[in-house]
Amino acid sequence: MAKILMKGNEAIGEAAIRAGCLNYFAYPITPQSEVAEYLVRRMPEVGGVFLQGESEVAVGYMLFGAAGAGARVFTTSSSPGISLMSEAISYIAGAQCPAVFVNIMRGGPGLGGILPSQGDYFQATKGIGHGDCRLLVMAPASVQEAVEMVMMAFPLAEKYRNPVMILGDGLIGQMMEPVEFPDHLKTEPSNKDAWASNGMDHRGSKTRNLVKSLFLDPVQLNDNNLALKAKYERMRAEDVRSAAYNIDGDYPVLLVSYGTMSRVCRTAIDMLKDEGIEVGMIRPQTLFPFPEKAVADAAAKPSCRHVLSIEMSMGQMVEDVDRCIRGRVPVEWYGKCGGDIPTPEEIISVVKARIAGKE
Amino acid sequence: MGKTFKKPDVLTDAYTHYCPGCTHGVIHRLVAETIDELGIRGRTVGIAPVGCAVMAYNYFDCDFQEAAHGRAPAMATGIKRVRPDLMVFTYQGDGDLASIGMGEIIHAANRGEKFTTIFVNNAIYGMTGGQMAPTTMPDQRTTTSPLGRNVAEVGMPIKMAELLAALQTPAYITRQTVIKPKYITKAKKAIKQAFTYQMENRCFSLVEVVSTCPTNWGMTPVEAVEWTENTLLKYYQPGDYKVPA
Repeated sequence: MAKILMKGNEAIGEAAIRAGCLNYFAYPITPQSEVAEYLVRRMPEVGGVFLQGESEVAVGYMLFGAAGAGARVFTTSSSPGISLMSEAISYIAGAQCPAVFVNIMRGGPGLGGILPSQGDYFQATKGIGHGDCRLLVMAPASVQEAVEMVMMAFPLAEKYRNPVMILGDGLIGQMMEPVEFPDHLKTEPSNKDAWASNGMDHRGSKTRNLVKSLFLDPVQLNDNNLALKAKYERMRAEDVRSAAYNIDGDYPVLLVSYGTMSRVCRTAIDMLKDEGIEVGMIRPQTLFPFPEKAVADAAAKPSCRHVLSIEMSMGQMVEDVDRCIRGRVPVEWYGKCGGDIPTPEEIISVVKARIAGKE
Repeated sequence: MGKTFKKPDVLTDAYTHYCPGCTHGVIHRLVAETIDELGIRGRTVGIAPVGCAVMAYNYFDCDFQEAAHGRAPAMATGIKRVRPDLMVFTYQGDGDLASIGMGEIIHAANRGEKFTTIFVNNAIYGMTGGQMAPTTMPDQRTTTSPLGRNVAEVGMPIKMAELLAALQTPAYITRQTVIKPKYITKAKKAIKQAFTYQMENRCFSLVEVVSTCPTNWGMTPVEAVEWTENTLLKYYQPGDYKVPA
C-alpha cells in the first residue's frame, strides 16, 4: 500500500479500524479531538460503533462494559481526560478486561495548557489507577509508529487481558506525516468465551460469566493481585521494546529519550557527530515495561561517563533511568514542559557542558 | 398435580446478605420471575452497583458485570451499543443512582439507551451504614444528618422518577413499591413491562422501587413498612411518570 499523508490523530483512528477495532467511545479534548471527528464519519462506513459520552468518567465505563461483553474497544483522550478515566482503568485492570487507551499528552498539572508535553509519564507507568494495577504503555515517536503501536495494542490487550495505553504527545497527534498502514495484524485466538459476559446463549454455555473486581476475602484479593503481578512480570519478559541510536562507537554521553523528544535528540546527535562528538541514545518504546537492560547495557560501555534523560516533563523518566543504572554513572535530567520543546542546540549545549565537566 | 409456585430458575440457592425486613429480596425475585417468563436468561447481562446490591450476581444465575459507584448506566450503554442483542439491566440504589451516578443515569436516559434500570430507593445509604442520601426525607435522621435532614442546607430529597420523566426522549419511567402484597403485583407488572420495552428495542426504562431499610432507619420491619407507607409514599408517589407512545 502506498504512503499517504495523514494527521497523527486521524491516522490513530484509522489504525484502530484496521486493527479490527470497530467500537469507539470518546469525549472531546484538545489536542486529540480529531480522532473523534475522523471516526464519527469513518465508523459508519465499516459498520462500527461511535458514541460521544457525556464525560470521560462515563466513557471509561462504556469501554469497561463493552470490553466486559467481549468487544474490541478503544478510546482516545488527553491528560486531564485520562485522569478522569483512571477510575475505570483500575476497574478494568482489576476485572482483567482488554481495552486500549490513547493519551495524546498536553501540559499540566491541572488544566495546564494544550501544547505537547510528556508530563503524564508517572501517571501512565506508576499510578494510573488506585490499587496494584499497571498498564502496558507504548510511546510512539512518529505518526507511522503511532499507527503500528495502535495496531499492536489490541492483540497485546487481549493477550494479557489488561488495558494498554499509547502514550503520545500533542505533536504526534497534530503533525502530518506520510504513513503506510500494515496489513491487518494476525491476532491471537480469543478466549473471550471463557470470561466475558457476552451471553450464555452466545457461547452455548449453561454456566454464567462474571466480570468483577470485588474480592472481600483478603486471601482471595491477595491471590488476585499475585496473579496480576505475574502478568506484569510476563510483560517485562515478553513485551519490552526499545530502539538504539548511534551506540556502536565509543560515546562519553548516553541520552535516554522517548516520543517526539527523542527525534530532537536524534538531530542533536547527528549534529554532534558532524563535530566529531559521539553520543548514543536509547529510546524506550515501551515505558512499562521499561527497557531496563537496554539502558543499563548502553550505560555500561566503558567510554560512557554521563547519562542524560531528556524529557518534555520536569524529570519523571529520569527516575527509571537512574534505577536501571544503580549509581554506576551519574544520571541527570534535562527538559522543559508546557509546549516549549528543547531544541537540538540546547541539547548540544547540555551535552558539551557535561563533557567539559561544567553545569 | 404440578408445582404452582417455585423459585425462579435464574435465582441461585445462595442465602442473601440482605437485612431482615429489607425488600431487596422481593425485588430480586420479581426481576428473576420476569427473566424466566420472558425466556431471556441466556442473553441477559445484569450490572451490579456499589451498595447493598453489590453482590447481586451471587443471587442471579446469569452473566453479570460489576460497576463502580454510579457508573452502571455507562457500562450498560457500552454493552448495549456493541451487543444490541443482549438484554441488559442495571440494579442500583439511591446513593449510587441519585448521587454519584446522577450524570450517568440522566445522559443514558436522555440518549434513549435501550436497557432497563431497577432503581431501589430506601431514602438512605444502606451498605455504608446509614448516611444521608439525596433521597433522605426532610428531618430524617441518619449518621450524617444526626439532627435530621436540614433542607435549608442540603435541599429537598430528589424525586428521580419525576426528574427523568421531564426529559423529552421517549422512555418508560415508573415508581412502585413492594412493601405489601397489593403493591407487589403492580411492581411485577411494571418490571415485566420495562423488560418488554427493551425486548422490543423501544426505549430506556426505569422502575423505581421504594424500599425499606429497617436496620439503618432504626425501626422494626413492621415499623419500616408503616413509615414507608405513611411517609415515603406520600412524597415518592407510586405511578407511571412516563410511558412511550
